[in-house]
Amino acid sequence: MEDKEKKPKRKIVPNKTKMPEQPPLERVKNFKEVPLGYSEDQAVEEATRCIQCKNRPCIEGCPVEIDIPDFIALIAERKFVEAARKMKEKNALPAVCGRVCPQEVQCESKCTLGKKNEPVAIGRLERFIADWERENKMVQTPSRPAPRGKKVAVVGSGPAGLTVAADLAKLGFGVTIFEALHKAGGVLVYGIPEFRLPKAIVQAEVDYVKSLGAELVTNAVIGNLYTIPELFNNGYDAVFIGIGAGGPMFMDIPGENLNGVYSANEFLTRSNLMKAYLFPEYDTPIKRSRNVAVVGGGNVAMDSARTALRLGADAVYLVYRRSREEMPARAEEVHHAEEEGLIFKFLTNPIRIVGDEKGNVKGMECLRMELGEPDASGRRRPIAVKGSEFIIDIDTLIMSLGTNANPLLPQSTPGLALNKWGYIVADEENAATSLQGVYAGGDIVTGGATVILAMGAGRKAAREIAKYLS
Amino acid sequence: MFKIVEKKVLGQDIKLFKIEAPDISKKAKPGMFVIVKIGEKGERIPLTINDFDPQKGTVTIVFQEVGKTTMMLGRLKGGDVIEDLVGPLGKPTEIENFGKVVCVGGGVGTAVIYPVTRGLFQAGNQIIGIVGARNKDLLIFEEEMKDFCHRLIITTDDGSKGHHGLVTDVLKQILAEEKIDRVIAIGPTIMMKFVVKTTQPFGIPTIVSLNSIMIDATGMCGVCRVNVGNETKFACVHGPEFDGHKVDFDLLMSRLNQYKEEEKIALTTL
Repeated sequence: MEDKEKKPKRKIVPNKTKMPEQPPLERVKNFKEVPLGYSEDQAVEEATRCIQCKNRPCIEGCPVEIDIPDFIALIAERKFVEAARKMKEKNALPAVCGRVCPQEVQCESKCTLGKKNEPVAIGRLERFIADWERENKMVQTPSRPAPRGKKVAVVGSGPAGLTVAADLAKLGFGVTIFEALHKAGGVLVYGIPEFRLPKAIVQAEVDYVKSLGAELVTNAVIGNLYTIPELFNNGYDAVFIGIGAGGPMFMDIPGENLNGVYSANEFLTRSNLMKAYLFPEYDTPIKRSRNVAVVGGGNVAMDSARTALRLGADAVYLVYRRSREEMPARAEEVHHAEEEGLIFKFLTNPIRIVGDEKGNVKGMECLRMELGEPDASGRRRPIAVKGSEFIIDIDTLIMSLGTNANPLLPQSTPGLALNKWGYIVADEENAATSLQGVYAGGDIVTGGATVILAMGAGRKAAREIAKYLS
Repeated sequence: MFKIVEKKVLGQDIKLFKIEAPDISKKAKPGMFVIVKIGEKGERIPLTINDFDPQKGTVTIVFQEVGKTTMMLGRLKGGDVIEDLVGPLGKPTEIENFGKVVCVGGGVGTAVIYPVTRGLFQAGNQIIGIVGARNKDLLIFEEEMKDFCHRLIITTDDGSKGHHGLVTDVLKQILAEEKIDRVIAIGPTIMMKFVVKTTQPFGIPTIVSLNSIMIDATGMCGVCRVNVGNETKFACVHGPEFDGHKVDFDLLMSRLNQYKEEEKIALTTL
């Protein structure tokens, strides 16, 4: 059947080249990264699967419009340096995106190959090329353009802020990034765990953005230390606000303030930013628990649960009021968590947290649920089953229910329009807010979303800020 | 990097740092706090500001060495630097002319009631100060308080100076004898709890400053949550000062103790 000699046309390889990963029983005992990345040969093998179709639909699927087929073609030709340069034209944080983007609903979902087979593993190739460039010390800073004599303040050093900073610095604008915490990276350092996104990689990408000319000021809580009007008075010509979604949500049920009840934000910040998993080498503690419940069904819930497993819990339960199908977490994360031993308690809703005489959590009372008609979100509404109360024995509880807008900065910014939930109103196309020269993007506009959507918003904002200042 | 321009030892394990932090000094107000972190591996701890000087560009903190971080902090000398200093955070003290105000400072909390007292004095209030400590060696800011109190009463638990007893003994007597418009108490949680119990029967508005555990201190993590009037509040952004009559002090104390065992382990690594 096969006749390579006569037909130069490439044979379609139906499946993605497998990426090696740490086996579940091993990785659950450490905080090292789970997927190990492609070797050069594996990357070339995967890149060769790309058929270089004419209409390039993958690019449409990418919020930052990376020239995907071009960098893949360069990998296939083993031109790794050139491939890395190609990617960095559009994305300052490829090692991050290659790891945490939901490619299955973005670039890879549009892949022509994916219509009948598995799509090209674009995310894995992105990660490969970014890692290759960094590990081989080939990271190059593009030559700096002539300064434009205009300054931009970027508030927040998460994915949105870093993207704005990189794009504007590359165009020759003076950029200062203000970060409230002691380390740059926002959710990339406080939220996403080491085993999904090594912090050394985040640091390298932050360093890259700084090498483009952006200045970083940590420990600067904008709203308190300087207000937005003061930033303008201090000589900034435009401001970008990318402060993230902010505060943790709780359920408002009895017992939520008992010891041992964490918000996912707290639990992850302790472990990731403060490195509490290395306590007492690091000073910030975290409870080493026996039985942990995580309430919620998103990626943050998965991150929390997998962190709890690595901290040595005997049993970690994921309590979610709907069923597996409705979970917002990425399938890959759910799969990884399940392999690591996470126990799912679907159709279960907490109603009360039970404490002992010392004020520590000892259990959580729940109701069983069943699914009714679809609600406004299009998902079937969970309905409580009468008389189905039961108690799960736990000593730690992590609430991963999403976040709400942090009012600290908006409160100190007169005239900044907010929506009814307190998020900043910004134009979807140009990121403009109600204040002249002030732009916003990322979770503080959309509510909790993804790294790449925040970066996409940052890209648009940078474009508009450049226009505004020209 | 923030340079310690002056270090003073105020009493047994109580130290004062004047720190170069021009931008923070310009925004600091009585009642606000800073987050301090030392070293790459350090934790973030909140310390309420003792003083600030926008002209000289300094912020002053006073702390008692009780755990690993404060002990390591205490080992720093004048001229050394603190890696991370964040602030000013929290809401400032509500300062207006209330009339006659009692300012109660307990232990190291006296360093924090000091700028509050000064602010209230300058706003035209009649001030009665009560400063308490376990013994006379732990008494701080007595002289400075005198400058802004129309009357200042000292108490020590062991009677080594002033009234032999608790701040609440003196407070109770004052409340029985004069019309007081407001009480502000800053000190150990147990002291604030009993100050509030003392003022309750008299129905006097009583403000307390809560020293919850914090991490980011900007409203992101929620570890500092306290129960105020049956509502969960974050001490970092909604406080740190609250209406004492509404605060669940038992919950606060329980939450403050939640890492007691880990704190002991941390001390072994000093």
